[in-house]
Amino acid sequence: MTVLVDLPADPTVERRRAVQAAAASSLRRRKLASTAALGVCWVFLAVAVVPLVAVVAYVVAKGLPAWNADFFTNSTVPEGIPGGGVWNAIVGTMVITGIAIVVTVPLGLLVGLFLAESEGRVAAALRFTADVMTGIPSITVGIFGYIAIVRNYGYSGFAGAFAIGFIMLPVIVRAGESAFRGVPTSLNEAALALGARKATIARRVVVPTALPGVITGVLLAVARGLGETAPLLLTIGGNQYLQWNPTKQMAALPTTIYNSSSQPYADQVQLAWGAALLLVVVVLVLSIGSRLLAARLRKERR
Amino acid sequence: MTDAGTVTPGAEDARVQSTEAPAPETGAVVMTLADVAVSFSGRTAVRDVTFDVHAGEVTALIGPSGSGKTTLLRALNRMHDTVRTAAVTGTVLLGDLDVYAPSTDATLLRSRVGMVFQRPNPFPTMSIYENAVAGLKFNGVRRKALLDEAAESALVAAALWDSVKDRMSAHASTLSGGEQQRLCIARALAVEPEVLLMDEPTSALDPIATKRIEELVVELKDRVTIIIVTHNMQQAMRVSDRCAFLLMGEDKAGELIEYGPTAQLFSEPTDPRTLDYVNGRFG
Repeated sequence: MTVLVDLPADPTVERRRAVQAAAASSLRRRKLASTAALGVCWVFLAVAVVPLVAVVAYVVAKGLPAWNADFFTNSTVPEGIPGGGVWNAIVGTMVITGIAIVVTVPLGLLVGLFLAESEGRVAAALRFTADVMTGIPSITVGIFGYIAIVRNYGYSGFAGAFAIGFIMLPVIVRAGESAFRGVPTSLNEAALALGARKATIARRVVVPTALPGVITGVLLAVARGLGETAPLLLTIGGNQYLQWNPTKQMAALPTTIYNSSSQPYADQVQLAWGAALLLVVVVLVLSIGSRLLAARLRKERR
Repeated sequence: MTDAGTVTPGAEDARVQSTEAPAPETGAVVMTLADVAVSFSGRTAVRDVTFDVHAGEVTALIGPSGSGKTTLLRALNRMHDTVRTAAVTGTVLLGDLDVYAPSTDATLLRSRVGMVFQRPNPFPTMSIYENAVAGLKFNGVRRKALLDEAAESALVAAALWDSVKDRMSAHASTLSGGEQQRLCIARALAVEPEVLLMDEPTSALDPIATKRIEELVVELKDRVTIIIVTHNMQQAMRVSDRCAFLLMGEDKAGELIEYGPTAQLFSEPTDPRTLDYVNGRFG
């Protein structure tokens, strides 16, 4: 005799039906929410990008007409004399930034390496100092340079390099630290297990591996230093003639922009726009170049 | 019964995925792979894969590194959708649903084809309970009773219930590696998928935790059809009913060499390369 039993429905199958029904019926709402969120992202992206594009476009439109042979080869001239350029400011910026790079890049990277490789109070204090330095307003750096150097030795390119270096140093330190930290511990341990000393590991393993990140960080710091104006206003003194000697007063692109743009003469304002465009282009080339270089280095490794 | 209340609002979408999901009889075909191939940036990673996945069984994908096991597995629930350079060709059917048809919604598909990964990856910000019901919440299930019931059932099925039932609000990170992986299995089970994909689920676990997961895999067969990737032939022998053996071809693309019942594949394979592999002569 067989007894027919009405089997209870399998709870797994019951739940499967319930979940799939809920998933299907909420799909439209979920898709809508997803689309809406994406829309908000696009709107905010536009809000962020439109002013940026507008600034660049405006600088290009205003600055490009100022670019001619005189602009790049002549020094600034008093109002009324034709053929003025910003060669003196280009030289000043190159010399000042160059000195700042030579001093701060090795210093900053070594500190960054130290921060990445060691824990403890000294490292914590240094890291904190670097963070505070990043936050100091650049005009304060300018005043510091003015009091510490200009009041004792007078205006000079060196004083400007000191102030710009002060701005660049913490950026390089933190960029270097994060690049060195990005090196996997397993590589460190592999080298340790082969009998390498810490200094050897740093030189042969950590630094080469971190190089793409280091290059990006350094070039971004340079880009940052190039555009700083306030520290230079109080330290380099300005010079309307060509000056290669950093112990003397110098001109620089940001200060030229600042000074010329506040002049009542159209020629001078035009010169300021041209210099502004030049700075934007240099910074853009540095940023894009650093990224391309880093990408190429990373690719070579694979 | 359904938490959805009225099912009508999404009825049009529901048409894509059948909400009628009767428990298929053991042995019935739940997934069909026909000429499946996956390529990245035009370079083929795995190709020529054709086999049927049977309900209530464990199907193992075996083969040496680079043979495309994981790549193939990820093609089955459209995980490659998130990789811009990836392209999947051929046909994958879930029941009679064409997985890669333009009308098929990937999110709905993935609620029917769950996945467990190599390393335990519970959501670190969520408690054990929240992890267990995460998939249900993602799929719009709100009814507390259903959430609780599914969480308990899944945790019981994953052999985790007894050890976590008194600390459901603890963070998932307080669990051991093996427990975390079982939580991930429970998380996948709670959505009640028809197929569960497991990508070397024991590769990050110690032998004891591995043993428990293997036992679990065998126990779960009645509940969900399992496709498991493993590089461990003994594991494939222990847990699977059928096996697909993949091998990297001349041009570095993985190919399906042989597919059949596990016992047959390991004792009397038809392809000499399978024989060499299962006898440990390479790989």
